[in-house]
Amino acid sequence: MNMMSEAAVEKALDKKMNDISYKMIGKDVSVYYGDKRALYDVNLNVRENTVTALIGPSGCGKSTFLRTLNRMNDTIDGCRVTGRITLDTDDIYDPAIDVVELRARVGMVFQKPNPFPKSIYENVAYGPRIHGLAKSKADLDAIVERSLQKAGLWNEVKDRLQEGGTGLSGGQQQRLCIARAVAVSPEVILMDEPCSALDPIATAKVEELIHELRANFTIVIVTHSMQQAARVSQRTAMFHLGNLVEENDTDKMFTNPDDQRTQDYIMGRFG
Amino acid sequence: MSSSHIVSIYDEELKYLSRRISEMGGTAEQMVADSVRALVTTDAALAQKVISEDVILDTAERQINDKAIVTIAKRQPMAADLREIMGAIRIAAELERVGDLGKNTAKRVIAVQSSGMPRKLARGLEHLAELALMQLKEVLDVYATRSIEKAKAIRERDDEIDAIYTSLFRELLTYMMEDPRNITPCTHLLFCAKNIERIGDHATNIAETIYYMATGSQPEGERPKDDTSTSVVAAGVADASE
Repeated sequence: MNMMSEAAVEKALDKKMNDISYKMIGKDVSVYYGDKRALYDVNLNVRENTVTALIGPSGCGKSTFLRTLNRMNDTIDGCRVTGRITLDTDDIYDPAIDVVELRARVGMVFQKPNPFPKSIYENVAYGPRIHGLAKSKADLDAIVERSLQKAGLWNEVKDRLQEGGTGLSGGQQQRLCIARAVAVSPEVILMDEPCSALDPIATAKVEELIHELRANFTIVIVTHSMQQAARVSQRTAMFHLGNLVEENDTDKMFTNPDDQRTQDYIMGRFG
Repeated sequence: MSSSHIVSIYDEELKYLSRRISEMGGTAEQMVADSVRALVTTDAALAQKVISEDVILDTAERQINDKAIVTIAKRQPMAADLREIMGAIRIAAELERVGDLGKNTAKRVIAVQSSGMPRKLARGLEHLAELALMQLKEVLDVYATRSIEKAKAIRERDDEIDAIYTSLFRELLTYMMEDPRNITPCTHLLFCAKNIERIGDHATNIAETIYYMATGSQPEGERPKDDTSTSVVAAGVADASE
């Protein structure tokens, strides 16, 4: 008697499972540096409020792909991108798109902490100010505090906001950069090996932060540390020689990947 | 295991685990065979040898666990490597239990010895032990070859052992009812039969673990069971024996 209702419940669950919203959709994305092709028709969708990790050996194209998501490749001479990438419904390579505005919506945190040579306050306030996000000084103060709090740095720096950002420790600098990225209320945050220059404690703090940021942002992270990818992400994409070889749930990816190349890479074996 | 690790000593660590598992398997197999032989030939010296060998398996299990823990901490294994190590820990525990069961059977040899054992029962036990040992031997071969098909086949064959165990159970009850003097030896034999039947279960567990190690997924469906001894009642046996 319960057969029908059980089947109905299952169907509803399935629907919920399949009801995934994609924040960014990459379709047939190829990247060329001059004559050299760096990415081959990558189809990768980035889920909303999810941490997506991009892994793969050096030169596999993971950072190149990451950089296509906010057109950072535009700054490289001779770099050409084909295919289509959308943010919500907007084609980000549409000539009508304002790249500065795009990068406010898709923020970025780099491998090496790179605070401006200005005060802690100014590092965070700069973005909101140039984007006109604050109507008053009080507004701006509130944004700075909120951003530093989101980056888990507020308590450590609240009494020295006017001191130089470069005087902070490496881990603090990286969290300052995350606060700076968060300050302009982006929708997506791209992170290119954000912890590779940090010690284990600072790394743990950034990882904790990534976990918290996920509630409000969509995150794409490139990392060389498989353990980090396994710890922080829900989805993992494996790149090899410019191809996307597998994209899967992180739990599956690190216990039982489908592709032999993924298997060999994560287990540290020769291909 | 198509290719080697970039860090070659990692391969050595994994090889150590599989080598020790194979050794444990060999020892467990020998202990079970000896314990049953000691039982049917009432050989107290052989029984004593089995009892003294149990410590080998205990030590091996501990060493395998220690090595596995250190390897996990050092290498942070992923995917098949992680399953390989977790599998080694599980299989070592199963084999250690098999050794315990052999030891328990050996301990009962002395008790059964004093009252003698009906020939027919001995044959039943031997047959049960043959099947259980064959399961164990095959599962150890599968551990070496990682054949998924064979792992599945072993898992599906456990019901043969269960069926023979159930018939032995009935037989032992019949003997006890025929003559109360049989109760002491038959109770011991009942435990011995149960021990041997459990060895089949452990072999099946190992087969399932190997399946998981090789594929990353648990074998599907219930394993076949034909152990109906839980529902055998004395009256039923009495009727059947008339």
